[in-house]
Amino acid sequence: MTHPENAAEFLKDAQKSKWHDETLWFVRDKRDKVSKGIPEWEQLRELASGIKDNVLANLADYLEEFERNATKNGIIVHWAADSEEHNRLVLEILQQQNCTAVVKSKSILTEECHLNPYLEKHGVEVVDTDLGERIVQFLNQPPSHIVLPAIHLKKGEISELFHEKLHTEKGNEDPAYLTQAARVHLREKFFAAKVAITGVNFGIAETGEFVVCTNEGNADMGVHLADVHIACMGIEKILPRRKDLGVFLRLLARSATGQPITNYNSHFRSPSPGKEIHLILVDNGRTAQLAREKFRNSLKCIRCGACMNTCPIYRRSGGFSYNSTVPGPIGSILSPGLDLKKHSSLPFASTLCGSCTDVCPVKINIHEQLYEWRQEVTKTQGEFAKGLSMKLANGIFKSPLAYKISGSLMRNALKSLPNSLIYHPLNVWGKNRNLPDAPKESFQQWYRKNRS
Amino acid sequence: MKANSPSVALFIPCYVDQFYPQVGIATLELLEKLGCKVTYPSGQTCCGQPLANAGYARDTVGTARHFIETFNDFDYVVCPSGSCTLHVKEHFPAIAGLEKEQEALEHKIYELIEFITDVLKIEKLEGKFPHRVGFHSSCHGQRGLHLSSGSELNQPPYNKARKLLENLAGLEWVELSRTDECCGFGGTFAVTEEALSIQMGKDRLADHREHKTEILTGGDMSCIMHLQGIATRSKQEMKFLHLAEILNQALS
Repeated sequence: MTHPENAAEFLKDAQKSKWHDETLWFVRDKRDKVSKGIPEWEQLRELASGIKDNVLANLADYLEEFERNATKNGIIVHWAADSEEHNRLVLEILQQQNCTAVVKSKSILTEECHLNPYLEKHGVEVVDTDLGERIVQFLNQPPSHIVLPAIHLKKGEISELFHEKLHTEKGNEDPAYLTQAARVHLREKFFAAKVAITGVNFGIAETGEFVVCTNEGNADMGVHLADVHIACMGIEKILPRRKDLGVFLRLLARSATGQPITNYNSHFRSPSPGKEIHLILVDNGRTAQLAREKFRNSLKCIRCGACMNTCPIYRRSGGFSYNSTVPGPIGSILSPGLDLKKHSSLPFASTLCGSCTDVCPVKINIHEQLYEWRQEVTKTQGEFAKGLSMKLANGIFKSPLAYKISGSLMRNALKSLPNSLIYHPLNVWGKNRNLPDAPKESFQQWYRKNRS
Repeated sequence: MKANSPSVALFIPCYVDQFYPQVGIATLELLEKLGCKVTYPSGQTCCGQPLANAGYARDTVGTARHFIETFNDFDYVVCPSGSCTLHVKEHFPAIAGLEKEQEALEHKIYELIEFITDVLKIEKLEGKFPHRVGFHSSCHGQRGLHLSSGSELNQPPYNKARKLLENLAGLEWVELSRTDECCGFGGTFAVTEEALSIQMGKDRLADHREHKTEILTGGDMSCIMHLQGIATRSKQEMKFLHLAEILNQALS
C-alpha cells in the first residue's frame, strides 16, 4: 500500500488519529521548551552538524582508528556489508555460546536487518527488553516510532494485551501496575540470557569505546547479567573524540523526548574478566548513501525522532503508514536509497513545510532532500506516469499566449459548468473542499483595462 | 523609497491572476500608496513550482528562462506569495546563458511584506482595521524566507506581518495554540494525499475557531484557498483575506 492509502486508513479512526497527533505534539512541545532553556542551542546544532560532516568526510579513517582502539581494549570487532552478513555473524556468535535465548535492548539497526525473525527461524528466542519494544513484539508488530515504539497504542490496548500475555488483572490500566508486571516478566528473561544484544548510539574513534543510551536501563541490565555482549552499530555512528559526546548527549535527549539528559548513558570500553564484547560494524547501504552527494548528509542522523514528532503528516498518519523501518521525514529520505521503487511514495508524503529541518539536532536539510528524492523518483517512472496536466503545464507556462488562453478557458468553464461536473469524483480537490469562485476577469485583464 | 524611485515589477502568481485578481489589485494599489512606481509585465505566466514540487524540476527550464527574461529590466520584483518567491530564489533550475541575470533575480525578488519592511524600511503603517485577525503563517514564507521566527528554533520571536498589522487601529491579533503548523495545502500534496491534506486544514481552522478568528489572513493565497475551500464546504463562518487586502483597505 502507498502512503496516501495507509494515511487515509489511519485517519478513518478520527478520535484515535487526533489523540496520536496530540500525544506527539506534546513531545514536540516539551522539546521546544527544554531546548529554549539552553541559550547556545542553535550553536550546539551547528557544532553537531559540523562534527558529523567531518565524520562523513573522513569516515574510513575514523572507522579504522575506532577498530584499532576497540581491538586494543579487548573488543572483538566484526564487519558486515549488509543485513544478511550481520544476521549471520550474530547467529554464529550465539551458536558458539550454545545460546538459544537472548535479550535485546532497543536497536533500530537490528530492526533494519530484520534480526528477530532471522534468529527465531534458527531456533533462538529473542526478547526485546525496552518496554515499548516488548509491547510491539507481543503484538508481532514492528515499532511505529524509533524512540517511542508503541506510541500508536493506548493504555487500554496495552492493558488488554498484558492481561492476555502476562495475566494482569482485566481492565487495570494503571501504568505503574502494568510496568511492574513487565518488570517481573523481563527480570526472568534477563536472568536466563547468556548473551545480550544492544544497539550503539555513539562509537568513539579516539578511545575505541561505545555509548548506549536508554531511559530504562535495560541495556545495562542485559549486558551485566550476560557473559557475552553483542553490540550492533551502523558505520555512521562514529564520533572522533570523547569530548564530542558533550555536544551530542545534550542534543539527543532534549530532541528525542524533551528530557535534559537520557537516564542511562552507558560507556562500554573493555569486557569484564571472563566475558566478551563483540562489536558488529554494519554498512547495509550506508556507503551507497555516502556516495550520493545530495543525500549524503542524511547519514548525520542520530535517531532522536524529533522530525517524527514535529511532522504534521507523521502525527496524523502514524508510523506504519510509511511501511519502512525508519518512518517519518528522516525515513522518507533514507528509505528510497535502500529501495526506490518500494518507497517511491514517501518523498511525496510531505508538504515540504520544513519543520523537520528546523528541529533536526544535526541540521539535516530533510525537506530539501525530500524535494530532491521527488526528482529522482519521477526519473524512474518515465514519461508515462506524468499526468497530462503536468506535460501541458510547461508548454503553457513558457508561452504567455497559451497561458492566457488556457486561463480564461478554465475560468469560463468553472463559471458555466454545473456543480455536478466540477465536483466530479475525478476532481480530488473538490471531494471535501470547494473551489474558489471564478472571477469574471483575471488580474491581467483587469490591468490591461485599467492601467495600460 | 529612494529618491530616484526604483522600478518595481509586480509578479502575480498564476493562481492569483486567475482566481484572486482582487489580491493582485490590492498589492498594486498598496505599493503605489507606499510611493512605488509599479509595473506589471504582461508576458508573465507562472514560476513552475507545481511541476518542480511534483518531481519534474527538469521540465521547468523553459518556464524559468521565460521568467528571468520577463523580469530582467527591473530593480525589484515583488510578489504577494512567499511560496512562489522562495521557488524563484531557491528552486529555479540553472539557466545556461542567463547566469548573471538569474543571480541578480534571486537577490531582487521579494515577497510583498518583506519588501515593505526590509526594502522600503517601513516599520509602521498608519491605518485602521477594526477586526479580530488570525494569521496563518505559510511554511515557505516562514521557514523558507524567514518572514517570522519559527517555533522550532531558539531565536528571539519576530513576525514581519504582525509588526505591520498590529499597528493598525482597532486590529486585534489572535493568539493560536499552534502558531506555525502547516495547513496541509502543499501543492500537489492537496490532491495526492487528499485525506491528510483535509485533516490538516480542518485542524488549522479549528485552532482559529477556538480563538475566535473573525478574518483569517496570510501571505499565501494557496494556503488560504485550501482553508477557505474546507471552511466553505463545511459551512463555517469565517472571512478570508490576503495580507495585501487588509493593508490596502486599512490605508484607504
